[in-house]
Parts: sequence; C-alpha cells; structure tokens
Amino acid sequence: MKIIVAIKQVPERDAQVRIDAAGKWIEESGLQWALNESDAYALEEALQLKEKHGGEVVVLSAGPERVGSTIREALAKGADRAIHIDCADLGNRDALGVAKLLAAAVKPENPDLVLTGLQSDDLGLGQTGVILAELLGLPHASLILHVEKTDTGLTVKRELEEGWFKTIELPTPAVLTIQSGGNKLRYATLMGIKKAKTKEVRVVTAAELAVDSAPVVVLERVALPTKQKSTQMLPGTAKEAAAALVEKLKFEARVI
Amino acid sequence: MSGIWVVVEERDARVSRISWEAVAAGQKLAALTGLAANAVVVGARTVGLAGEVAGKALGKVARVEHSLLEVYTADGFSLALQQFFEAEKPDYVVFPHTYQVRDFVPALAARMEEVLIGDVTTIGEGPVFTRQLMQGRLNGSYKHTGGGPCFVSVQAGAFRADTVQGGAAEVMVFSPTIEAAQIRTRPSERFRGSAQTVDLGSAQLIVSVGRGIKDAGNIPLVQELATALGAELGASRPICDNGWLPLERQIGSSGQTVSPKLYLAVGISGAIQHLVGMKGSQCVVAINKDPGAPIFESADYGIVGDLFEIVPALTEAVKAAKQ
Repeated sequence: MKIIVAIKQVPERDAQVRIDAAGKWIEESGLQWALNESDAYALEEALQLKEKHGGEVVVLSAGPERVGSTIREALAKGADRAIHIDCADLGNRDALGVAKLLAAAVKPENPDLVLTGLQSDDLGLGQTGVILAELLGLPHASLILHVEKTDTGLTVKRELEEGWFKTIELPTPAVLTIQSGGNKLRYATLMGIKKAKTKEVRVVTAAELAVDSAPVVVLERVALPTKQKSTQMLPGTAKEAAAALVEKLKFEARVI
Repeated sequence: MSGIWVVVEERDARVSRISWEAVAAGQKLAALTGLAANAVVVGARTVGLAGEVAGKALGKVARVEHSLLEVYTADGFSLALQQFFEAEKPDYVVFPHTYQVRDFVPALAARMEEVLIGDVTTIGEGPVFTRQLMQGRLNGSYKHTGGGPCFVSVQAGAFRADTVQGGAAEVMVFSPTIEAAQIRTRPSERFRGSAQTVDLGSAQLIVSVGRGIKDAGNIPLVQELATALGAELGASRPICDNGWLPLERQIGSSGQTVSPKLYLAVGISGAIQHLVGMKGSQCVVAINKDPGAPIFESADYGIVGDLFEIVPALTEAVKAAKQ
C-alpha cells in the first residue's frame, strides 16, 4: 500500500504566543515548532499499516524552510521519503488554497491512501483532509480512530459525539483524517534519526505547482479573547494560594 | 441570491439543540444583513422535522428529500445540498458545528469554490465571523470575500436556542437527483465504545486532570485531592489517549458532558473541545502554570503555578478544613 501522510508544522504546544505587529497573525520569530498532534497519529497509523501490509509511506508538508525539521522527524520515525512544498505565504491561503497545493503534489503519486490529522493545533480549521479528498475525487472519512484493510478497501472506525462510534466501509484509494488517541505514538530511534539524513526529501515550490492562491475567506485580525467570567487570581506561595482557595470555595462559592 | 439558509440536523427524530442555536445564528445574521432567514432539512422522510422548524420566524423551510438520504453519508448529503444551493443561490449558509458537518461541509464548500468558516462563536457587523485560534488562546476575525455562498458553522453553545423567534414559514420540497453508485461509503449503525460505569454527568464535585500532569505516575497526586474533596476524577482527552485514565473519565466533546457545582481543572489548558464538556459547571477553578491558558477565561478562581506544589498543598488544606 502506498500511503501519503500530509503533516503540518505548528507552534509547540506550550509556546507563549504573541500577536504580531500587524494584528493579523502571531509573532513567529523565536517560536519553537513541532509536528501537529493529530498528524503524528496519522503518521503512526500509516507506519503501522505499512508494517502489516508492506508498501511505502511518503510524508508531505507545505510551509517555509523551517518545516524541514518536522519532515526529518517524520522520516526518523520511519517514513520512507518526503515531499516538501516550499511555500512562504501559507498563511495567506485559505483552507481550499492549501488543499489545492497538497492535491497538486499528491496527484502524480497515485497513492492508495492519503492520511492527515483531524485538525491543526494552530488554526484548528479541521478541513484540509476533507477538501483534499474532494479535490482528488476520492471518498473520505473523518475523525478516524482505527483503520483496517479489507479485500475491497478499508473498514474504519469513526468517532462521533459523546462516546458513540460508527464503522464505515469505503473503497481505496481514499482519504482519511485521523483523530488523536487511536494508536500509541512511537519515538524516533537513534538509528531512525541517522537513516533519516539519507532519505529523499523532494522540494517543490508552490509556484511550480501552479495552483490558484486567491482566498475566498480572509483572516482579518487576531485578538486576545475577552473574558467570559471575572476570574479571581489567587497569588502567593502554593500553601497560601491553596488556603485562600479552600476559604473561597467554602465561604464565597459555597461549593464544598 | 436567496438570503440565508440554515441547515438543521435531527437527533432522535427531533430538531437537535445545536440546530436551534444555528437557527438563532441565522436570525442574528438576518438582522445584521437585512436578508431573509430560511431553513433546510435533509433526509429520506423530513415532514416531521420540517413541521417543527416551520413554526419559527423563517421565510421558507425546504425539505431536501431522497430515499438515499435515509442514513447520513458525506457523498449523499454533499450531492443533495450542492444541487439545492446551486438552485437557490444563497448568500449565507449556516450549519451547526457538529461531527457530521465537519465531515462533509468542507467538501461541499470546496465543490462550490468556497471555504467553510467553521466553529464560529460570534457574528458581528460586516458581517465578521469570530472563531478561536491556537487552541482557544486567540480569537480570529474572518471575512468572506468569495463570490458564492458564504458557508458558516456555529459552535455549540455560542448562540442561544431560546432566542429563536416563533412564526410561520412556508414549506417547500426539493428532490435532488442521486444515484446509489454515487455514494461510495457504507456506514454502520452507531454504537457505544464500552459499557459506561462512571456517570460523571451527575457528579457534584469533579477534579479533572490534563496534560500538565506529565506522566501516568503522577495521577495519584490528583486522585488524592479528589478523594479529599469527595470528588469524582475526570480528565481531558490527552490523558485518556495515553491510557493514563479510562476513556469513560474523559470530559469534552467526544466524552462526557458535566455540570457539577465545582469543577477543578488541574493542568488543563482549556481547548474548546474540553470546554464544551464542562461549561455548565457552577464554579470553575483552574490551576495551570501558563497564565495565558484559555481555561482561565472561564474560571471563577485561578492559581498560576506549579501543580506539583499546589495540588499537594490544596489536598492538605482541604483535609484540614474538613476536620
């Protein structure tokens, strides 16, 4: 099975984010970057499918040069090769524009399966995989926790609200968006890290893919959220704050 | 162009609560733009649902009906609504932001060269649509600049279902052309993962633990606090994903919805998927090392600091107070 995994590099989870001077995005200088969480699960699913059924795992990522480090991480975990869509203006493209870039890179590869994470931890749109399926003319299923290969295609387990699930049968080639938690993530081994250095990373520029980039939806401004509640912050040492909290819960909120 | 269309979903043969919230959002958008708000129901038998919606202040209620729409599939629903919207040419289409909508609307919008503005929390003059970014740390304001319909989905709880105004709408039927071969996926009936033995929904006190706990070996620290309080232990998704606590203790959109008197969140940053599961709590306490964590936005009391110092101190203070 030839599997393409579309991954995204996002700011590290604990990164302190600041709004940039233009108020249109976050200040990216000085940020630490990481592989998007649900994309890590998509990669894991791909690697496990390859271990069971053989084939090839190709990672695909769009973004500026810094994305290279996340691509190497995926290669170190076991992906066979990578395609890097070098694109400095990813933020100016909407979800359709980004999916068009990915689709243009996926098409000539003719994969059996395309996996991606459910949503990114930065923009959180949760649309790229589904749009990608539409652009490739492939069936899809989203929020997938488990993938099984069958004689005719795939049987997948889809998460629904409030602890419900569904299984879905679909033919391949197909696109799946993977939810976190379905598998246990592996770490890159030292050997894997070493091997990754020699694996192929093909760089293709956004211009070479020649897709339309004019957005139909524009992020105009980012701002800090306004508080829904007036939060009383309890200062002091751990002991002082703990004592103050118990006092508040007992006599002010009266919940204990 | 034909104004605003709200796509309504059913749950147990009734209009789902979040769908009423989407109708409220549609009416708000109607007030802002001066356009008429309408609703559409999709399925194999839509009379009942359409009747329910037709009692509201809407222009029209459309029944998009076909035998192949009995069960939801992304292919079936996309085809049906694409045909309907190409005929109606709406200015805006409003959906509830459900798992079903997330599954097909991005594809439907792309087919019409449009992009869904998803998980919207507020609609302002312009109209400008606000949604959360960076796991709730920031808000982003979006504008639609495309030439086709503007697709929007609204977050659960963001609009008030009880503000939907009553009225009388005209009901119409739309019959899409769908062939069985066009539906490429075959879904099963829905099922529960495992028998639930923990009902957090009725718990009065909940101590909930998140990623900040760092390691499975540290869970007992929080368990001790829960025990001291006489509280149930809950968790955010990553804790259950890692298998550190069973799935039945997960609180949030994919887990349980709770509304205790006290919700004490330890090391939980407060991503929206978690917040929707606990926002009905009467009193929320957040303990987190990051003063910018979004959980503080919805907390009544907050302590910024190292949970490994604060939680044991709090356990002691609770024990002392109970003596």
